[in-house]
Amino acid sequence: MQGMTIIVKKITQIMAPVIFLFGLYVIVHGHLSPGGGFAGGVILAAAFILQILSFGSILPSLRREEVWLELLESTAVMGFLVISGLGLLLASFRIFFLNFINRGTVGQLLSGGIIPLENIVVGAEVCAAITTIFIALTVYQDEVTQ
Amino acid sequence: MEVYLIIVLVLMILGSLYSLNARDLLSAVVSYGIVGFGLVICFLLLQAPDLAIVQVLVEVITLIIMIAVIKNTTRKELFTGYDAKAFVSAIVAVIFTILFFYVFDKMTGVLTGFGQHLTRMSTAYLEGAGVTGSANLVTGVVFDFRAYDTLGEATVLFTAVVGVLTVLRLKGKKKGK
Repeated sequence: MQGMTIIVKKITQIMAPVIFLFGLYVIVHGHLSPGGGFAGGVILAAAFILQILSFGSILPSLRREEVWLELLESTAVMGFLVISGLGLLLASFRIFFLNFINRGTVGQLLSGGIIPLENIVVGAEVCAAITTIFIALTVYQDEVTQ
Repeated sequence: MEVYLIIVLVLMILGSLYSLNARDLLSAVVSYGIVGFGLVICFLLLQAPDLAIVQVLVEVITLIIMIAVIKNTTRKELFTGYDAKAFVSAIVAVIFTILFFYVFDKMTGVLTGFGQHLTRMSTAYLEGAGVTGSANLVTGVVFDFRAYDTLGEATVLFTAVVGVLTVLRLKGKKKGK
């Protein structure tokens, strides 16, 4: 895939880290402010897609990233299941999705038990999924034009 | 507020009508974006910032992907003209629209007003902050009360990615090493 002009590249260099940081903020503060795993994951994916669109990429590196993203996505879904299954294990096989960590004070960053953990896992999953779809389309186009 | 809502909804309907009739597929996609971004404004007016954030991001990324598809394929719509099938479909669509409006009108007369919750569950959900330990009620509902739904959503996304990779992978993994 071809890159874009120097203006787009420079603005991407400035904006992409900010977007990435904002995505992390939205995921981590998902239990306190509007947002959460799904929205934050899409913001992270937007940062990656912006970089691929503006700088362009070659086929081998795209394939390599695809493999890592698939790994991240599968691990994230697995993590979600493990977190929910741990509650099952701790409640002597009665309650799925038991909130087994201390909930703490409502409104603080470290509170809510397993909810922030689930937010992080879902954020990783959504980010990996959407970036994978985009990269798959790009790889397909490159493979066809070759 | 309702006046703004009506204006935005009319704009959304106009945008979708134009995108149906546009000759150029690129302008069809762009005018279809009006629907998505109008929905964002609707969500903001109805005080649902969580949905608005997700909607604006998904809309942007969908537009990017659709514009990339159009850039790489064709911008002309392949339209051959109306035939008998089209008229039958139109008549069926009109009948079902009238039916849906009739049933919808009957149903909304029975329910309580917009924003007034009646059921036992929604009252329990609204006390979520104390029970789940999450200050954001939406996250509390999504990740605690209805965590099964979230698990399903994550699985749907995973399945979608597997489907896309299955369809788009031309060469497949190399055999051996």
